[in-house]
Amino acid sequence: MDKTATVDERALKDANAFLCLECGKCTSTCVVARYNRSYSPRRLISQALAGGRLPTSQELSICLTCMACDARCPSGVRFVDLIRELRRATYGAEFAGNCSHGGAMQSLMKLMTAAELNQDRLAWVTDDLKTADEGDVAFFVGCAPYFDAFFTELEVDTLAGVKGAVKVINALGIAPVVLPDERCCGHDLLWGGDVEHFEILARRNVELLRAKGVKTVVFNCPECYYTFKADYADVVGALPFEVKHLSEFLAERAGELNFVDDEGEKVTFQDPCRLARFAGVVEPPREVLTAAGVELAEMPRSGKGAVCCAGNGWLNCDRFSKEVQLERLREARATGATTLVTACPKCEIHFRCAMKDPNLGDEIKMEIRDLASTVASRLENKKAKPKGKETEE
Amino acid sequence: MTPAKGKTAATEEKSKAKAKASPEKPRAAAKGATKRPAGKSSAGGAKAKVKAKKTAAPRKPRKTEPKVREDFTPRIVVFACNWCSYAGADTAGISRIQYSPHFRIIRVMCSGRVHPAFVLRAFELGADGVLVSGCHFGDCHYIFGNERAVEQFEKTKALLKILGLEEGRIRLEWISAAEGVKFGRVIDEFVEQVRALGPSTLAPPGRELPREAEAFADAAALAK
Ligand code: SF4
Ligand code: SF4
Ligand code: FES
Repeated sequence: MDKTATVDERALKDANAFLCLECGKCTSTCVVARYNRSYSPRRLISQALAGGRLPTSQELSICLTCMACDARCPSGVRFVDLIRELRRATYGAEFAGNCSHGGAMQSLMKLMTAAELNQDRLAWVTDDLKTADEGDVAFFVGCAPYFDAFFTELEVDTLAGVKGAVKVINALGIAPVVLPDERCCGHDLLWGGDVEHFEILARRNVELLRAKGVKTVVFNCPECYYTFKADYADVVGALPFEVKHLSEFLAERAGELNFVDDEGEKVTFQDPCRLARFAGVVEPPREVLTAAGVELAEMPRSGKGAVCCAGNGWLNCDRFSKEVQLERLREARATGATTLVTACPKCEIHFRCAMKDPNLGDEIKMEIRDLASTVASRLENKKAKPKGKETEE
Repeated sequence: MTPAKGKTAATEEKSKAKAKASPEKPRAAAKGATKRPAGKSSAGGAKAKVKAKKTAAPRKPRKTEPKVREDFTPRIVVFACNWCSYAGADTAGISRIQYSPHFRIIRVMCSGRVHPAFVLRAFELGADGVLVSGCHFGDCHYIFGNERAVEQFEKTKALLKILGLEEGRIRLEWISAAEGVKFGRVIDEFVEQVRALGPSTLAPPGRELPREAEAFADAAALAK
């Protein structure tokens, strides 16, 4: 421990841990602590401060890094930063994470660091979708093609969100650039402590986008979005383009979209942690949904107070994750909405998985759909003609 | 058990050029011992005896002539189920069948255990090809484990397709405990197939390929 002592001290300092009042608001907010009685962010902080006992590898991987605790902390402690830094500092040594799905996701991400890839990741670009080889606006697809191939038994359709996003962007008269060899944004490696591979991915993505000369990059996945926005600059310096979440991009242009008039279904919205709490994008998705004419029924805990889907960056999945998901699904059902709309493919994956519980059956079942595909499904049929060069596909 | 290809006779004939295998390699040290650049050394581990013998010469009647890179020794990971394929490898050894040493075998209890994560991890660690093998349908010790293996394999295939990896770098085979000859043939075919494809482009950059023993231990840990 001695060797890392300085790292730990710096981590505690950087996270404002010394400001902790031991009020316990973090623990009472934490959805994990509600079910996992041996886990408590407050106790982890006070133990680190008082006795120098740092979170164990297990505790490090239990935290969802959902930031719900920090959002409530009256003293400005950034527990999430502490977790992230400790994961980084102990990566490969004490900390490895439990890596859900046998580590398949981590392997995929690391494989994507290869200099020479010849991915087949654009098979979803059908004739009705207009994409371009160059232009001002790029659309960052994210790992949806891999998710759909991997989570077949959950019947996830995260590509529906991607397609919906392109469809809506097309409706604005824009054919977005998509990269045939886009890499994973590296979010989960970064949060899992593997900074080395994260940095390679960051460089490769920025290189590819820079080569296209795009001015704006639009994201459907909030994790990609937040990672580009907050963490890429540390690796590659100031980004040569602007980053926007699809909801922001659309909210700015809501007037240009024509939606069908009929009564929309009643939906409720799951705020992804990276979008709402981290990036502070709370209103845009709601504006877009409302503009699209769906009726929005909010859950009691929404916006910056929303509950995480317990996805945890493929680092850990245990029975407590499941409890969190069930709690959230019950909350969503209680709004009376028929559909749970989320802006993150991982929320979709994790809620779909929880809904598979045969013992609970209909109690927690509901439609679940991506924000982008929900908006796209409300578009009026006549679309503006996309400009820009179309790809051969 | 007709010797389709491998024959013991071959050993003497041509143990000249290629035969660097040290037949006496101690078990532990030999675990997954193919040295990439150096080419042929013994493969082994639990099967040390098996491979040690056969390693010697490249077998004569080779259908697929190595098209490229004689100098390139593919690094191949074989997942074999405990009850059939692994025993098949033993049979190959006991029968002194000669076949390529350029693979390291990882025993799993059932081919159904071979999650896509195993295969991806193998490629991540620098494998050039991955072979998954189990019992024939109806023979699986766990009844339907190999049906599950097919599902997992399809999933792996789909992921690797998106990644852009050549399809020829993975293969699924059913090999029974009695099919030592088939084991040797499948390995030979696969080694040549992968040799023709050249080294995998997926090994992460700026990262030394792990030593053989390390890679083996790592993959074995995964199989647990
Ligand atoms: S909410 Fe903030 S001040 Fe209160 S115990 Fe948690 S970290 Fe400390
Ligand atoms: S980040 Fe989320 S899971 Fe981690 S301690 Fe805070 S509230 Fe709990
Ligand atoms: S035990 Fe051999 S495939 Fe299942």
